[in-house]
Amino acid sequence: MSALTLAVRDSSTMLRRNLLHVRRYPSLTLNLLLTPVMLLLLFVYIFGDTMSAGIAGGGADRSAYLAYVVPGILLMTIGSTVVGAAVSVATDMSEGIMARFRTMAIHRGSVLIGHVVGSVIQSVASVVLVGAVGVAIGFRSTDATVLEWLAAFGFLTLFAAAVTWIAVGMGTASPNAEAASNMAVPLFLLPLISSAFTPIDAMPGWFQPIAEYQPFTPAIETLRGLLLGTEIGHNGWLALAWCLVLGALGYRWSTSAFRRDPK
Amino acid sequence: MTSLAIAAKGLRKSYGDKVVLDGIDLSVPAGTIFSLLGPNGAGKTTAVKILSTLVAPDGGDLRVGGHDLAAEPQAVRAAIGVTGQFSAVDGLITGEENMLLMADLHRLPKREGRRTVAALLERFDLVEAAKKPAAGYSGGMKRRLDIAMTLVGGPRIIFLDEPTTGLDPRSRHTMWQIIRELVSDGVTVFLTTQYLEEADELADRIAVLDNGTLAAEGSAEELKRLIPGGHVRLRFSDPAAYRSAASALRETVRDDEALALQIPSDGSQRELRSLLDWLDSAGVEADELTVHTPDLDDVFFALTGSTTVPAQHHQTEEAAR
Repeated sequence: MSALTLAVRDSSTMLRRNLLHVRRYPSLTLNLLLTPVMLLLLFVYIFGDTMSAGIAGGGADRSAYLAYVVPGILLMTIGSTVVGAAVSVATDMSEGIMARFRTMAIHRGSVLIGHVVGSVIQSVASVVLVGAVGVAIGFRSTDATVLEWLAAFGFLTLFAAAVTWIAVGMGTASPNAEAASNMAVPLFLLPLISSAFTPIDAMPGWFQPIAEYQPFTPAIETLRGLLLGTEIGHNGWLALAWCLVLGALGYRWSTSAFRRDPK
Repeated sequence: MTSLAIAAKGLRKSYGDKVVLDGIDLSVPAGTIFSLLGPNGAGKTTAVKILSTLVAPDGGDLRVGGHDLAAEPQAVRAAIGVTGQFSAVDGLITGEENMLLMADLHRLPKREGRRTVAALLERFDLVEAAKKPAAGYSGGMKRRLDIAMTLVGGPRIIFLDEPTTGLDPRSRHTMWQIIRELVSDGVTVFLTTQYLEEADELADRIAVLDNGTLAAEGSAEELKRLIPGGHVRLRFSDPAAYRSAASALRETVRDDEALALQIPSDGSQRELRSLLDWLDSAGVEADELTVHTPDLDDVFFALTGSTTVPAQHHQTEEAAR
């Protein structure tokens, strides 16, 4: 067997292990899934009337706000799901099983790759579930072509992979699961200061550049464009660039922290 | 040299300023049990971590299973199995799933993997618990699962880092039995322990590690020969009685603090009888008489520079746990 076949084989073994964890202990995944769903319902049904006054020059209604908020909620779902990856990687790193893996003649990166692929699968599944809730309460994306749907799906997967590598980096660098979960909080909070809930131009002037160029805003604007036909502009390139930068940084961070000699 | 399973020359490792291993030499012939014996913090675990490719050494010429550790770590990993001090099982999944995970990582064909796993679960008395999450296992069961997982790939060299620490006496004896069976199959075992009894019981060769250097190496018999032989110990509670006994019995070693005298003796019935006669005729009556034959405890304490008096070993050992 070639080195690549071995790497694929070991990584898929590790992936099976991670998916088994999720199946046995779905509570972590469900908890992480609950937050975006709650926020979706909260912003649409409780704050909906007030929030809709802030978009489209004040003439919008609740269903217009639902359309506005769903793309942001979908990306927030990814930010929330990958917290689980940080926690489970940190748990693995602090357990004896990791020492066992390191003394076996297996592909070295397979543990991390298994976590990343597992987390991306979870993210996509969570996005589909949260999206289904959105559709159930009235979200429609009927104007989008099949190609745009595929592009949206591909983009969400790419974004999930990039953010997952960052989360895995946090997991490998943390001494324990609690620290990893704390470190991953920004991944979950960043969408709150993006264009997910309110348009950027409604924010204080000094804050606008931060909100506009942080990773989530270009990603949200790109997804909005693909699903709802709004203007994407430079956000598409910006979002792809963020995915590449975050993915590369996360990958370097994870692998260097993983290679360090255990104490 | 091909018959050496493990060969280390000048193994060195420091963490910061602290020298953990200060140039130790080890050679373990294939198919034998080698025990690295030492107190806590002596560097036993570090030695295992280095020889099992987990941690890089600072220096030394190291070969495991005939492969150079630095040049061919994957070849070394393919030859070894490691059961560390802390349980290396995945607590979230069942014992059987842990075993099948190992079979997959050793890339065993599906059917062969299942057969191997079933046989090992049977051999280690884990069939009943196989479908339960490993997190709920008792200490002894976890340790058995741990070793069973190590054996899935059929390693030729097995590292066991303090395999019986924290186990109850029954589990400890089960573990000893398991270790003996491994060697009867031709496997080489590198065992660390802080229990002298364990090394004495199992090991073909013992190395005593203290403060990062090897204080002695040899078979249990050879090590016991390194220190003075057995003795009879007389303890007194009355200082006056102690002093008069000490002046009456000249060929003794005095321990003024404990009010105790040590008289060389091999502990045989004949010698004891003549000793008692001698004590009677000298008018000496001790409050306590104990016969002490040399064991690894004596070697251990003599070599590792402990100041503890031999008769109190077991007490201090208990207290230290």
